[in-house]
Amino acid sequence: MAGAGGGTSDVQWCFSQVKGAIDDDVAEADIISTVEFNHSGELLATGDKGGRVVIFQQEPESKNQPQCRGEYNVYSTFQSHEPEFDYLKSLEIEEKINKIRWLPQKNAAQFLLSTNDKTIKLWKISERDKRPEGYNLKEEDGRYRDLNTVTTLRVPVFRPMDLMVEASPRRVFANAHTYHVNSISVNSDCETYLSADDLRINLWNLEITDRSFNIVDIKPTNMEELTEVITAVEFHPNQCNTFVYSSSKGTIRLCDMRASALCDKHAKQFEEPEDPNNRSFFSEIISSISDVKFSHSGRYMMTRDYLSVKIWDLNMESRPVETYQVHEYLRSKLCSLYENDCIFDKFECCWNGNDSVVMTGSYNNFFRMFDRGYRQDVTLEASRENSKPRSVLKPRKVSTGGKRKKDEISVDSLDFNKKILHTAWHPLDNIIAVATTNNLYIFQEKLN
Amino acid sequence: MEVNVEARRILAVSISKLYASRTQRGGLRLHRSLLLSMVMRSARDIYHSSRETEGQTSEEPMETSSKEGCDSEITEDKENMSPTKQSRKRRGKASAAPDFLPSKRARLEPGEERYAAPMGSWRFDPPPTHIAHQGADLHQRSRDRGITGTMVQALRSI
Repeated sequence: MAGAGGGTSDVQWCFSQVKGAIDDDVAEADIISTVEFNHSGELLATGDKGGRVVIFQQEPESKNQPQCRGEYNVYSTFQSHEPEFDYLKSLEIEEKINKIRWLPQKNAAQFLLSTNDKTIKLWKISERDKRPEGYNLKEEDGRYRDLNTVTTLRVPVFRPMDLMVEASPRRVFANAHTYHVNSISVNSDCETYLSADDLRINLWNLEITDRSFNIVDIKPTNMEELTEVITAVEFHPNQCNTFVYSSSKGTIRLCDMRASALCDKHAKQFEEPEDPNNRSFFSEIISSISDVKFSHSGRYMMTRDYLSVKIWDLNMESRPVETYQVHEYLRSKLCSLYENDCIFDKFECCWNGNDSVVMTGSYNNFFRMFDRGYRQDVTLEASRENSKPRSVLKPRKVSTGGKRKKDEISVDSLDFNKKILHTAWHPLDNIIAVATTNNLYIFQEKLN
Repeated sequence: MEVNVEARRILAVSISKLYASRTQRGGLRLHRSLLLSMVMRSARDIYHSSRETEGQTSEEPMETSSKEGCDSEITEDKENMSPTKQSRKRRGKASAAPDFLPSKRARLEPGEERYAAPMGSWRFDPPPTHIAHQGADLHQRSRDRGITGTMVQALRSI
């Protein structure tokens, strides 16, 4: 069995925790919109439609239960974004958190970037477990003492206090995007980051908020000629000059910032020719890429479109090296999915720690894992019914033929309101976080 | 024929989605609008080509049954079949406005006379309630005219 990843053949997943309200009546503000582990995996951040960020911290492994990794408990909760109103355009700006990205930790404090449709914010999350006591000129409650009563000199000392976690906004990067921000990515240099909206990509310095460089602009002179938009952007994990951006046409462009200040001309373009047999009214929609993620090694990148996950080798632009069908049985249902808007759902994808397994979500609260080495895949479900502590998740199967076997679920029985759009994999261990509409499920590898 | 019906249905669904997205919180989503317009364009093209095919098949019985003295009529019918001149000639079944489009005649709901706007101007001059309800304003619409412009052209050519 491999260390961090393991094949799906030998890894059994069991339920660990579920966060969020139990009732079926989902408040819109509680809908989870992004999930992200930090670089060590100790912290897990979620953002929701109400503009809040909730950070969970993993407890240290207890000696009493060595077969169980530490649980995640709430560490900090704060309101990142508020609804705003653009008076010039007469438009409301949603407070929904579109993306959260952690910065690599440099000191005791943690930093993350969170973004809504228009504004990116840098948050500092720091712990306070001591406070100064015994001020010379101040009372314990902070009021200044009458100077006439001060007769001695004393130096304040730090005394322990209950742990307090403070989140404070350190930078606000605003007014740089005309269109809706869909992704952010921190550079490996830890000094700059990218933010992308439908038509433009901006490069920021983390210290400077009043200006940014526009490095990609695909807005046509005449908007009637618009044929594609930017859907995601990501910096290369090791090369600070390289980034990729995906488009609604199913192409991925790799750009090198050393080539020129404006990266409209790509260095590489990754595109797979469309299969003419699969052509339909909805071909453009289902080929739109909803997420792009580099592997940890930086050699590969993964893209998610509506029906599949594709792995690309950065050295080969003509076609992906691997293609995994997430829910091919939906291809014949595209018209219904168009009518109920599900065809516009933007699924994300993620790699495990050693790039051997990839994961993405589907409908009916199913999520899928694809083992690249063993060429195996598994479908699991996040549901309250399977939420007994340490209960092993049973693989699920969707029946596509006429005969439905026992324990299989037919395509027509799938609940398209229960969708898993956001998933995250611990960078080092086999721990995954899966977001249903308003609940966060944490599953761990079964340890014997 | 089935393709024609399907194309019409998809066109109707797309138009209603595009219309509904104007009042969505957060304003018009460019990505979504673009995808909707692409679907509409495909459906419109299929609808057009299938109607032209239907028009050609319905022309044949006329030609075989009344050959003498029908040259002028046939010439007129051919003129009718031409898409550019269709609207000028007398309206046959093929050139009637499709029923999935909203009626051009403004229909006033009781008590809403103050807020009604003529159908033809909806894309540029929305009724005041749209602005109050955070709909896309003229500024936004002129920038995104590409999407709505494409849709309007699609409606005109049907």
